[in-house]
Amino acid sequence: MKDSMKDYPLKLEGDNIPMVRFQNVTKRYGDLVVLDHLDLDVQEAEMVTIIGPSGSGKTTVLRMLMALEKINDGVIYVEGQPMTHMVKDGTLTMADNKYLRQQRMNIGMCFQHFNLFPHMTALENCIEAPVQVLGLSKKDAIARAEDLLDMVGMLEKAHEHPSRLSGGQQQRVAIARSLAMRPKIMLFDEVTSALDPEVIGEVTQVIRKLVSKHNLTMLMVTHQMGFAREISDRVCFFYDGKIEEQGSPDELFGDPKSERTQQFLSAVLEAN
Amino acid sequence: MFDWRWEFVLDILPRLVKATGNTVLAALLGYGIAMVLGLVFALAQRTPFPLLNRAVRECVEFIRSTPLVLQIFFVFYVGPQFGVMLSPWTAGMIAIGLHYASYLSEVYRAGIDSVPRGQWEAATALSLNPVRTYSRIIIPQAIPTAFAGMGNYLVGIFKDTPMLSVIGVAELMHTANAIGSEHYRFLEPYTLVGLIFLLISLPTAAALRKTEAKIRRKLGLRSL
Amino acid sequence: MTYVEFLKVYGPQLLEGSATTGMQTLLAAALAIIIAVTAGLMRLSKNRFVYGAATVYIEIFRGTSLLVQLYWIFFVLPLFGLTLEKFTAGYLAVGMNLGAYGAELVRGGILSVPKGQWEAATALSMSPAKRMVRIIFPQAFLNMLPPWGNLLIELLKGTALVALISVADLMFVARKINGSTYMSAQAFGSALLIYYVMSRAVVTPFMRWLELVMARKLGRA
Repeated sequence: MKDSMKDYPLKLEGDNIPMVRFQNVTKRYGDLVVLDHLDLDVQEAEMVTIIGPSGSGKTTVLRMLMALEKINDGVIYVEGQPMTHMVKDGTLTMADNKYLRQQRMNIGMCFQHFNLFPHMTALENCIEAPVQVLGLSKKDAIARAEDLLDMVGMLEKAHEHPSRLSGGQQQRVAIARSLAMRPKIMLFDEVTSALDPEVIGEVTQVIRKLVSKHNLTMLMVTHQMGFAREISDRVCFFYDGKIEEQGSPDELFGDPKSERTQQFLSAVLEAN
Repeated sequence: MFDWRWEFVLDILPRLVKATGNTVLAALLGYGIAMVLGLVFALAQRTPFPLLNRAVRECVEFIRSTPLVLQIFFVFYVGPQFGVMLSPWTAGMIAIGLHYASYLSEVYRAGIDSVPRGQWEAATALSLNPVRTYSRIIIPQAIPTAFAGMGNYLVGIFKDTPMLSVIGVAELMHTANAIGSEHYRFLEPYTLVGLIFLLISLPTAAALRKTEAKIRRKLGLRSL
Repeated sequence: MTYVEFLKVYGPQLLEGSATTGMQTLLAAALAIIIAVTAGLMRLSKNRFVYGAATVYIEIFRGTSLLVQLYWIFFVLPLFGLTLEKFTAGYLAVGMNLGAYGAELVRGGILSVPKGQWEAATALSMSPAKRMVRIIFPQAFLNMLPPWGNLLIELLKGTALVALISVADLMFVARKINGSTYMSAQAFGSALLIYYVMSRAVVTPFMRWLELVMARKLGRA
């Protein structure tokens, strides 16, 4: 492990440093290889969507970037700095928890099951981390949270607990909660998969707004092909822990090259 | 009814009521010790040192699966064998405190385990540090689950205090025994002791159930 | 006297006491199970008298101490003309006490069976008794086995109190040895170890085995 770390730069240099770089990233659970030597760059302000069959490792990509899972091999860089590792004595070593907490502040994440804190109101959910982690005053944090709740159309429900909100409403609060940390990168992990069909629209509408009005770098895992095609700058099709095919939405959906991509897309289309 | 003597009841009631004070005191003191020690036991099983975790786990299992009354004797008599004299109260509080600490550590553990993994992940994604994750996110959600168990054991420790009579702690049972052998009458003292226990434990249990529901509401959690 | 010598001299007595503890545990457990199932089912009855009787029983036995109940049964019942042998009084008290706790486990276990199972059995025109015996109870039984494991350990521990009415169980023997030798650590320590072995090496594995067998039978393993 230590020797092979020499193949990875301590930080990325030169022009055109990507916002996110996965370099040779491997993740295994026991014998099961979930990500297999993945290389992936995401440019600043780019919206990249990941699609693929379940078990293809797409959610793992986001969880690795957020460092919710330990990396087995390879390095992830954010803004040219190593995320999963830190520089110690001139070499890359596994990042410790403190370093990870620091690095995670650049990244926001929304989960399939929202994971709102049930004992806090919508507003309290949104000010918790800004006050506790960023050290904002409560007043500033509330002002920021109210702006964001307004943006996602949830200001009226600011003082409700999550148990009194619908799934779509909870997910919108969760998006506001992530944005309150002013991340540079946003991760959306199947954010509409747990929602009833009639409320999916209110969540996709919020994401649409983010894409058009903000300069966020975004990575999204979704099963909604129509939405992916409409909103993405680039779509990656994952298969077996690898990127089987990637390209602009029109290329990938309109003229898929790989047979597996074609099979997957036609199967999904048929289901709809 | 079977030679039930009211004048005898009136005669001994003051002594029993006074002893009830000792019983309640013993229960609360023991519970206080158990709450703190229980937390130590629970957290000592979540350290980064597997050997320590394992050892603490075994100790908790040992204390949990052996009789409290035997532990009370053990603590009380083993000290003097090695030259350490413990008063009945001290020995009793150590034994009952340790016993219930092992129960409460399990309650705390179950409470923490009941918090969904997504909550840990959301806290991580928001860069909250471990202290804040525990204090602001996990423990508040663990409390409603733990509260029911903690309440049961509060009533439980109260009902186990009669065992302290075996080493001479002057609580209810000890007093009832004394009255019984002084007057050669057991009907009234033992029945009164039973009634006093009912009078305290039933309303306490009911109040704890109400409080639990209130806590759940206050934290915005669905009721069970 | 080394510990080995101690065991040579007092080991047989300790084992004899353990056998008594084992008997007390078995008899009390049998009684507790009968009471638990009866009172648990009664608590589900719509008949107010049946429900009320079980509730009063459970509240009284759970609301007071086992030791109080034991003394009451042994010292007070004779005044009502019911004199019991100390051995009988011992397991009766322990069984009746733990049976009250078990009743709530039975009730909870039955309520944990999904409503659809009741409806399906009803739709198949099963009588209430058939429905309970054939459909509901087997599923409830599996659900309530894990908490019964804990309850049986509580029951085993509870039998130590019968020493206080002079039943010659393990606890009684330990006290006797302590009284005559003042070797408290050896006497009480050995007894603690034997209780630990009984719960961890007998009760727990037996309950695990039973869970496995039942799960297989219901096709859940």
